[in-house]
Amino acid sequence: MSTETASPAQVNSEPLFSKKNRRLITDPFNDSNPITVQVLGICSALAITSTVANSFVMGLCVIMVTAFSNLTISSIRTIIPSRIRMIVQLVVIATLVTIVSEMLKAFAYDISKQLSVFVGLIITNCIIMGRLEAFAMGNKPWPSLLDGIGNGIGYAIILLAVAFIREIFGTGKLLSGTPLEFTVIPQFIYDMGYSDNGLMVLPISAIILIGLFIWVHRAWNSKLVDIS
Amino acid sequence: MEYINIFIKAAFVENMVLAYFLGMCSYLAVSKTVKTALGLGAAVIFVLAITAPINWLVFNYLLKEGALGWVHPSFATMDLSFLGLIVYIAVIASIVQIVEMVIEKFSPTLYISLGIFLPLITVNCAILGGSLFMFTKEYAFVQSTVFGIGAGFGFFLAIVALASIREKIRYSKVPAPLRGLGIAFLITGLMGIAFMSLVGIKL
Repeated sequence: MSTETASPAQVNSEPLFSKKNRRLITDPFNDSNPITVQVLGICSALAITSTVANSFVMGLCVIMVTAFSNLTISSIRTIIPSRIRMIVQLVVIATLVTIVSEMLKAFAYDISKQLSVFVGLIITNCIIMGRLEAFAMGNKPWPSLLDGIGNGIGYAIILLAVAFIREIFGTGKLLSGTPLEFTVIPQFIYDMGYSDNGLMVLPISAIILIGLFIWVHRAWNSKLVDIS
Repeated sequence: MEYINIFIKAAFVENMVLAYFLGMCSYLAVSKTVKTALGLGAAVIFVLAITAPINWLVFNYLLKEGALGWVHPSFATMDLSFLGLIVYIAVIASIVQIVEMVIEKFSPTLYISLGIFLPLITVNCAILGGSLFMFTKEYAFVQSTVFGIGAGFGFFLAIVALASIREKIRYSKVPAPLRGLGIAFLITGLMGIAFMSLVGIKL
């Protein structure tokens, strides 16, 4: 494995993917998941999880915005006056979201139509603001970038899990709206009297599903249980 | 009558929290006690009531296609609506900042009781959602003000209701992993199902 050459930066500082830095990416998958533990970014998670394709696109957008907003704010954190720091943060986030939303319109117009209001609402997605406040304002750019990517992925995982269940039980198909669409529940089950669950199409089912996810997650990872 | 209809529609039929599921983060995070919920709810009504008309003015006199015609006829073909999101959020952030300063100056007691909830309002998606829905519904000036107040009132009702339920449920035997956040989600889901029954109402 000695064929990989170390860059000069790695020699005199800690390695880019040290154990601490790797934890920044992997922690949000489980112990500090943005949705089930930090309660950040719920609104968008409820609204766009009706199909897997939408959630995938939304997840990608959020990963991009969290990563680059964390990086930007962390690079300029020492010169932001604390009195107007929220406005500065929001301007950075809003700029990134506008770029992402214009890119969606250019490359995935149908999905951008369906996500319409909610791409705009990435701005007020509290994951982004929350991570900026909690992490990027006090850490160097590289760990902040990793933290942004990790939290974005942690968010996307829950999104995909919720969308997977909602789409299968709501429509009986997976990846509908894309060329890869296929039917999961075969016709003979419908013939036996099964029918799609209309509730699963509505955002309410996402709330209940996330509630159940939290239940399962905390039953399995007992140090997260709310003692109070 | 029209304004009352818009108010009732915004507050109940199209409740920001329980029908559109916006503003969930602060709704779940701040609803541990009724007292804080009342404070946040009141602040949200206030901010929505101010930002909705201001964003309406900004959109119709600065951003809309041809809206800049009043500055100079040569600007009449400009369309700045792609700047919408940045401008609305900047308006909201500055209004929240100004509101914070005004309250601090004129009513220190209210300021202390609201505490950290004032700055938190900036990232409440119900506020930005209010502005965006107002444009998709194409309301006029007074209508959008009434819509803003109604939407704020809907948020107020929802958060106070959840806080009261959570205060009671603290003395019940909820399974340990479900305690706190989990049960709050399930309650919200049930409240949302109740609010679905209002959907068919035409006003």
